[in-house]
Amino acid sequence: MLLDVKEIICGYENTIIVDGCNFSVKKGDIACIVGPNGAGKSTAMKAIFGLIPIKSGKVIFKNEDITSLNPQERVMKGMSFVPQNNNIFQEMSVEENLEMGAFIHQSSMNKNLKNVYNLFPILNEKKSQIAGELSGGQRQQLAVGRALMTNPVLLMLDEPSAGVSPIVMKDLFKKLQVISKMGTSILVVEQNAKQALEISNLGFVLQNGKNKYNDTGKALLQNPEVRVSFLGG
Amino acid sequence: MEIINAFALIINYIIIPGLTYGCQLALGALGVTIIYTVLRFSNFAHGELMSFGAMTSILITWIISYFGISIFPLPTVILALPISILITISYCLLVDKFCFKYHREKNSKNVISLIVSIGVMFFTSGLIRVLIGPNDRTINDGERFIISAREFKEITGLTEGISLKLSQSITIIVSIIAVVLLFWFLNKTKTGKSMRAYSDNKDLALLSGIKTENIIFYTWLITGTLACIAGTLYGLDKSYKPFTYLQLVLPIFAAAIVGGIGNPVGAIIGGFVISFSELLITFSYNKFLSYLIPINFLPEGSLQLLSTNYKIAISFIILVLVLILKPTGIYKGKLL
Amino acid sequence: MKTDFISEKKYINSYFVCAFLFLLVGLFQSWNVAFSILNLCLISSIMSIGINIQWGNSGIVNFGVMGFAAIGGLCGVLISMPPTLEVWKDGTAIILIILFSFLISGILIKKFWKIFVHNKHLKILLSIIIILFSLYLIKSIFIPSTNFIENTNSAKTGYIGGLNLPIILSWPIAGLFCGVIAFLIGKIALGLRSDYLAIATLGISEIIIYIIKNEEWLARGVKNVNGLPRPVPYEIDLQKNEFLQIISETLNLSVIEFSSLIVKSLYSILFILVLLIIFFLLQKAIKSPWGRMMRAVRDNEISAEAMGINVKKRHLQVFIIGSAIIGISGAMLTTLDGQFTPSSYQPLRYTFLIWIMVIIGGSGNNHGAIIGGFAIWFFWIQAEPIGIFLIELITIFLSDQNEMKLYLLNHAAYMRLLLMGLVLILALRFFPKGIIEEEKRL
Ligand SMILES: Nc1ncnc2c1ncn2[C@@H]1O[C@H](COP(=O)(O)OP(=O)(O)O)[C@@H](O)[C@H]1O
Ligand SMILES: [Mg+2]
Repeated sequence: MLLDVKEIICGYENTIIVDGCNFSVKKGDIACIVGPNGAGKSTAMKAIFGLIPIKSGKVIFKNEDITSLNPQERVMKGMSFVPQNNNIFQEMSVEENLEMGAFIHQSSMNKNLKNVYNLFPILNEKKSQIAGELSGGQRQQLAVGRALMTNPVLLMLDEPSAGVSPIVMKDLFKKLQVISKMGTSILVVEQNAKQALEISNLGFVLQNGKNKYNDTGKALLQNPEVRVSFLGG
Repeated sequence: MEIINAFALIINYIIIPGLTYGCQLALGALGVTIIYTVLRFSNFAHGELMSFGAMTSILITWIISYFGISIFPLPTVILALPISILITISYCLLVDKFCFKYHREKNSKNVISLIVSIGVMFFTSGLIRVLIGPNDRTINDGERFIISAREFKEITGLTEGISLKLSQSITIIVSIIAVVLLFWFLNKTKTGKSMRAYSDNKDLALLSGIKTENIIFYTWLITGTLACIAGTLYGLDKSYKPFTYLQLVLPIFAAAIVGGIGNPVGAIIGGFVISFSELLITFSYNKFLSYLIPINFLPEGSLQLLSTNYKIAISFIILVLVLILKPTGIYKGKLL
Repeated sequence: MKTDFISEKKYINSYFVCAFLFLLVGLFQSWNVAFSILNLCLISSIMSIGINIQWGNSGIVNFGVMGFAAIGGLCGVLISMPPTLEVWKDGTAIILIILFSFLISGILIKKFWKIFVHNKHLKILLSIIIILFSLYLIKSIFIPSTNFIENTNSAKTGYIGGLNLPIILSWPIAGLFCGVIAFLIGKIALGLRSDYLAIATLGISEIIIYIIKNEEWLARGVKNVNGLPRPVPYEIDLQKNEFLQIISETLNLSVIEFSSLIVKSLYSILFILVLLIIFFLLQKAIKSPWGRMMRAVRDNEISAEAMGINVKKRHLQVFIIGSAIIGISGAMLTTLDGQFTPSSYQPLRYTFLIWIMVIIGGSGNNHGAIIGGFAIWFFWIQAEPIGIFLIELITIFLSDQNEMKLYLLNHAAYMRLLLMGLVLILALRFFPKGIIEEEKRL
């Protein structure tokens, strides 16, 4: 097991948003968390990455309890995170964004840079452009590219397809599959549940801060209850 | 010939003093802007930090002179500068540790940090007066002029002289070196880029493994360096009077805000906008025009937009106008 | 009523400490010093109440205390001094005043054009016309009239003079006048973010001081106006009074000292009256629905807006009220000094020191503002003796001729700046709520 999240409870100040969630990701998995708006998906992701404190529960990564580590230390351990909002450095050039991604993995930077450019050729074309001037799809590619610069074992993404066109989204999902083939496991939160579950081998349906269903992506897609309540029929 | 005289007049009374004062303001505004973008508060203590830098420069200069070391015709203070920069940086780091760090970690509102900076301002100005006293001190022990007005007139045969003080050229040269180094640091080095990244998107910077403590350290390193250089140059050019640095705070904020606070290029441009406006608005154009148009066409009375008494007030007026009409300044929204 | 009494009781201790310090100074230094300190403490308290209702009740950062205080002082001159008849007879002064107001408001009114003029080109054209017209007016009327006024008996007057009314009248008038100025400033600046507002108000107050310093026709500028009339009797007249002579003898005081004591204590009584009036009016306001609304605005502007409160208007109201109070205290200060000295207005003393009073006293509570005003002014005055005492204590093992000791003693006066900074920094860290916490009210 690569990542094991056990019964985490967390929230903001004195409200509890995530109330006993479990996720597990194996090596090579694409795992997908879906659920209605406000279910606590983003909150859970932040908690897994150590951006907000966990009230109880455990996060185990590569058989090691990392619950008390801060985000930077988790980056060092091989996790990487693409937040939902503000996920690029607006005022910096594309290449500088990627360099910042590699801040703590300076030695293998050139190799990683090449990999990211191969994966997203458009970023290579626009490498000296200011990131704030990119289109929505390009920004998301850049955000993913930045996260890949640490050469992570586990890539976590929070709604990478938010605000992009269906074509770009499809392309992005393909890229995620490529990334997972190259040996990086993926944990992704998605609004476009159907398309996301199609590429995932694991799915978690979240509601009111709790796991409602856990199954393979295919099984969830075929589950009539899930279809009716979460996939829009 | 007349036209050349008119030019000489402008160069002597506007260009040279404007460049000098502009450099001093720009260096100060850079310090304010960098604190503002990285630590997110307006540092009212910056003027006193500059004064602290100038004071340490003087104290070190005394020590150096005591050992009989001198680099005449250059002023001894140049030798003292590297050491006083280090001392100023250490002071900044101490101030941060005991005053600002707590509120940063507690996520206090940035107005609170602003008020803390007023406390630092009081403390530092008191400390300076206790250490060196409130009196006037000359820093410049080097040659006074590179070329004096009289020499210039003798050489060129013009009626108008141009004088260039050594302190003025040192100010301009040192400022250029400092600014070039600063921009090189911010745009080319890994640490500099990480500072820009931090000021651009703090959360993402943390996610990328950039450490807050390092950024804060480098921020004060740069601020302390700039403050010490700016303060020393200001004292070198005029003479060191502790109380003048408090009056420098608003013109410095004016420069930073005119250029768009948070933007280093803006801070530099803002510095020159302020310094040249002060000179151009209070300059009396009678003599200048007398070189260009026949005497009988000259209008009567003084051709001056505002009396020289209002010189410093001009920076306040610009500041207030910019805040009211275009609070984002010239370069909107760009960070570091 | 009963709950009121209990809640007020909490502050009594702090007031007792103040009274005790007053007694200490009176007994060990002198009663004259004690009353001098008391009077300035009272004025400082009123100033810090002014800032406190802006900062503590609405979170407005007004760094323009110096400007409003100076305008208040200016009112003192313009109300109480005799008019310079020569310049009023031929109308020069009237023209000048109208023109001056026109120029000042011309700058401010530019902001209001938005309401009337929408065409951009028209706006630019109008601005240019107004600027050229103003320049013409300045050249043709303004400068000659100011020169005329300033040259009229320039050693003694050289300014327009005042209305020759009792100086006490200038206190409420200063309040009104500063309220109007605050309205204009608030209209254009209150939309700014807190730190920009701080810088803007500081800048505006500097501009005000520059104008007062340089427009000599208005109040003699840096030449100062001396000998303002007093609301209380003069010492010389008191000294002639036989009854007082007898009392001073029985009290074993010199007549001179006794008369100046009486004058000072009369001022104290006047100031305490003003302080009480302002204080009780404000307490009433704070307890009213209006006060509740103000706190709702401060605690959460967004939800207050959602509740239908016009946040901008509320902010403007407190800005006006607070600035008016500062104006009143400015006029009182000039009255007490008996002179108006524009160059004495420094931001360190008038703006930042008052802010320290508010922070130390505890923002959001007028008792706190009063106590803060007392404590900080007392400390500001007594820091030097305290500094000397501390230095003596630390260097007790050094001989009196020791150079370091002498040096430190010579510079003890500057300890006050250092200590004041330290107090502010430490207070924000360890007692962010100040000496007196804000009352919890619903
Ligand atoms: N920073 C925050 N502070 C307080 N509450 C928050 C914060 N962020 C989100 N919430 C609340 O947490 C709940 C879950 O939010 P989120 O995890 O973003 O949901 P999802 O990503 O599933 O749409 C929402 O009700 C939201 O209002
Ligand atoms: Mg979300």
